[in-house]
Parts: sequence; C-alpha cells; structure tokens
Amino acid sequence: MNNLIVMPMAIPVLAGILLIFLRPYVKAQRWISFLVMIANIGISVYLLSWIQADGIQRLDFGDWQPPFGILFVADSFSVILVLTTSIVTAICLLYAFSSVGKSYENMFFYSFVNFLVAGVNGSFLTGDLFNLYVCFEVMLLASYVLIALGGRKVQLRESMKYLVINILSSWFFLVAIAYLYGTVGTLNMAHLSERIAESGQTPLLTVISIVFLTVFALKSGLLLYFWLPGSYSVPATAVSALFGALLTKVGIYVMIRTFTLLFYHEQQITHLLIGILAGLTLIGGSIGAIAYKDIRKIVAYNVIIAVGFILVGLAVATPEALEGSIYYLMHDMIVKALLFLLAGTMIVVTGETRIDNMSGLIRNYPLFGWIFFIVMLSLAGVPPLSGFIGKVLVGQGAVNSGSYILLALAFISSIFVLYSLLRVFLNCFWGETIISEEDETPMKRGWIIPCVLLAAGTVLLGLAAEPLAIYVQDAANTLMNPQIYIDAVLND
Amino acid sequence: METLITILTGVLVSVATYLILSRSLIRVVLGTAILSHAAHLLIMTMGGLKTGGVPIQGEEIDGSFVDALPQALILTSIVISFAVTAMSLVLAYRTYQATGTDKLNEMRGIKHE
Repeated sequence: MNNLIVMPMAIPVLAGILLIFLRPYVKAQRWISFLVMIANIGISVYLLSWIQADGIQRLDFGDWQPPFGILFVADSFSVILVLTTSIVTAICLLYAFSSVGKSYENMFFYSFVNFLVAGVNGSFLTGDLFNLYVCFEVMLLASYVLIALGGRKVQLRESMKYLVINILSSWFFLVAIAYLYGTVGTLNMAHLSERIAESGQTPLLTVISIVFLTVFALKSGLLLYFWLPGSYSVPATAVSALFGALLTKVGIYVMIRTFTLLFYHEQQITHLLIGILAGLTLIGGSIGAIAYKDIRKIVAYNVIIAVGFILVGLAVATPEALEGSIYYLMHDMIVKALLFLLAGTMIVVTGETRIDNMSGLIRNYPLFGWIFFIVMLSLAGVPPLSGFIGKVLVGQGAVNSGSYILLALAFISSIFVLYSLLRVFLNCFWGETIISEEDETPMKRGWIIPCVLLAAGTVLLGLAAEPLAIYVQDAANTLMNPQIYIDAVLND
Repeated sequence: METLITILTGVLVSVATYLILSRSLIRVVLGTAILSHAAHLLIMTMGGLKTGGVPIQGEEIDGSFVDALPQALILTSIVISFAVTAMSLVLAYRTYQATGTDKLNEMRGIKHE
C-alpha cells in the first residue's frame, strides 16, 4: 500500500481545516499553506520517479479490491499535473501574501485555496468516476467562495452566474454517471474501460460519451465558455491567476482521460466532435481576444484559445499530439498564472483596466515590462520558451493524421494570441509614460518575485524539454494504450 | 415502479427548468435544488428499484440481492447538493443585500465601483 498517493489531496484538506482555527494568525496561515504546497511538490516529484521505476501506482481505500472499492491511481499524466498545480499554487500564494490584504486573509482565504488545491489534485488522481464528481464539487465549492470573497456587487453577480452554470453542469455529470452505471454497471475507470471495450462501444454508450463531453466542455470552457470571461475577471488577482491556471485544466484533464481510456472506440464520432468544438473554440477565443480593450477580458479569452489548442491534440489522438497536449498543459498552467498576475499588477499600478488608458509602463517598471515580453513570446511559441515544444508536437500530430483544418486553425490562433498581447504590449508598455516619477506606485518585491519565478519557470520548462520527455512520453504512452492502465488497476 | 419514478424525475426536471429560467434569484436557487434531487432519483432508478433482498452477507435470501451502490452514490450526492444549496442560498442573500434587488434583470450593468 502506498499511502503517499493520497497525500496531495489529504495534506491540503487537513491544512485547510487547521487554518480555520488559526483565523487571527495571518502569518501562520501564510506559512502553513506555503509549506503544504512545497510538501506537495516534493511528494509529486518522488511519485513521478517512483512511477518511472515501478509502473502505475494505486491506493485502494480500506483495502477494497479495485472493481468494488474506490481508489486513487497515480500515473505519469496525473502526477505531472499534480506537480505543476503545486508549483503554480505555491507561487500564486507568494503573490497573494502581498496583494490580497487583511480583509481576505481574515475571511479564510488560505483555507479555501487549500480546499481548491485538494479538489484539483483529487480530480487528477482519482480512478473512480463518482469520486471524480465528488472531487470536482470540492474544487467548485471552494471556487464559488473565492470568487465571491471581497463582496463587491459585480463579484456577487458573477459568482451567482458561475454557481448556477456549474450546478447545471454537475447535474449533467450526475445524469451521465447514472446512465453509464445503468448501462455497464460499474464506475471504476479501468473496469469501465474493460466493459466498454467488451461491448465495442454500442451507440448508447456513444451517446453517453457525448453527454460527458457536454459536461467537460462546460467545465473546461470548450466552446461553452460564455461564463468564463466574466467570472475570471472579477476576483482578486491571485485568485484569478489560480483559476486561469487550474480550473479549466481539470476539465481538460478529465476529457483527455475519459476519451482515451473509456470512449476511444468510435473516434470518427466523438473525436470528430471534439475536433469541431476545438476549432470553434479557437475561432471564438481569437475573436474575443482581439475584440476587447479591457485587459482582464483579453487575458480571459487567451485562456479559451489555449483550451482549444490543447484539445486539438486530443481530437487528433496520435502519440505525438498527446505528448504535445501534455507539454502544452504544463506550459499553459505556468504561463496563464503569470499572465493573470501581470494583468492584475498592471491594473493595480495604473488604476485602470482599459488598455487605452495605460502607456509607457516599461519606463517605470523595466523588469516588469520585459517579463510581459517573455510571456508574450512564450504564449506565441517562440523556440527557447515552453510554448514551442507543445505547439510543434501538436502540429506534427495533426500533419501525421491529415487534419489540416485543425492545424491551420491552431497556428492561426497563435498569431491572434501574439497580436492580442502585442497590442497590450505596445499600448501599455511602449510609448510616453503617463505616470511621473513622483506618482509612481512602487513595485512591491512581493509582486515582482512571483512573476520572476514563473517567468523562470517558462524558460526552464522550454530548456528542460529533453529531460522531461521521459515522463511526458510515458504519460502519452499510457494514454494511447489503455491496457497499461487496466492492467495496473485490475490485474495486479 | 420504475415508470412512476421516471415520470416523477421528468416532472421535477421540468419544474426545475421553469424555476431556473425565471428572473428571481431565490427561484433560481430553489430550481437548482430541485434539479439535483431529480438527478438523485434518476441514479436510484438506473440501479434498479427494489428487486431482491437486503444486500447483507449471511442473511438467508432466496434469489437476488438489491444493488447497494446507487444508494451509496445518492447519499454522497445528497450531502453535496445540500452543501451547494446552502452555499447558493447564502450567496443569493448576500447578493440581495448588496444590490438591493433579487430580480436578475435589474442586476445587469453593475460596473466595478
């Protein structure tokens, strides 16, 4: 039994509960939640090397053998995402220390960040479909609170919308689970995969898979992203960075997992549908990213473009494309967090949200401006940075399988990403400065250090693509061959 | 029996849809609560309603056992839906306090203050 697998979920839950009792001691809350994330990083690095040595690990709760009990399964794909989640959350917490303020910190901010991370990590690690629903709800409940925290009118309105749309999608999730259970009589993912393969994915199962697709499309912002720009632009900067980095990625993870492990038999229906949705998402996201002058909206639409791009990899479903999707997932978690932090900092130092009203920031804050430049290049996919390798691999996969329309849309959308951010860069950082030396809000070290760390992260991820390749290839290999997963869970 | 519960589920879903589409915040919250209960009934029905003895090992039962899993599932799901309903009621109340209205169309156009 390897109890270590449950730790990325268990430690944040316990820490979150503990922090409720430490309400007056803000310093203690900060350090405990930061140390939790550091511990998670350590655990996931250890797990990753362990999986390389001994194959996929699992933990059966209460020693109930797999098809009957619930379990956690750690394969390379999930542990890579747990690791990235922990790194990004640790850095966002660093930013939160000097930005969210007492009113948040006294209202259980750190507890809810811990619960959010627990839900995210639980969703990545679980090997049971209903348990996945539970982890999703843990994550969503924390996110409802984090959006509303602060209590401005606009936050309350957006959180109400976000809550209703997520209750609806959770309802569809439950309905899909009920139908699937009624059809094949199990909820363990490996067992499900086996039974669906035995039945050869009947038309009924394909319909159920499309209900699942609807659910995860709503949660990850695949075409059904209408709720996303509003709810990601209202919370505090550190929170929206966490949301942009983590929440949609969980939906993407689950979509990749279900459509490679469970419903991979009727690819001409399901994967074609995913391809169409991904293409439309790329178009819609690109239009949104250049349509707005509110920097928070521009950044939020960039999240949507990335969702489309990652799912092009799934729609193509070749080993290279999946590797590319995994690289791009890691890259996007780091870079989107950084982009949200930069946008939030720009709003704080200028007091403006429209890009027309900002100018010449690079003269006042040179380091800050150059970091924005790095992010822009990284998102556009310029070679030494982390976006490049994912884009190349997804592109290669699309060429190999002959999906030229998706390929074109994916790369044209990269130009739109570059254009939308270049416009921000030229408007806000270039030109005459409008802030005089005396009026300048000093750039706090607590704001710039997290940004530097994340920027270093994107450079390192780009340079370390080679050593990371073993893990990513292993993850893609497990996704392409469901039998590996099934053997690890059922036939041990 | 299954037919009856299925029809009941359908009625609950339509009631919930009507409530969610209305313009009052509290009705939307009630609608979401009813919607999740419809899902619970559906899970219960999909597992098959009582068709055998209690699923306890060692009991003398001729024939089949009832599937115990759907009950465990909806138990978890009911707890979650209570938590979410409580959360949404609190949020609706705070929204009502802050904006002074519970009509959704009057909340449009609230800018950042």
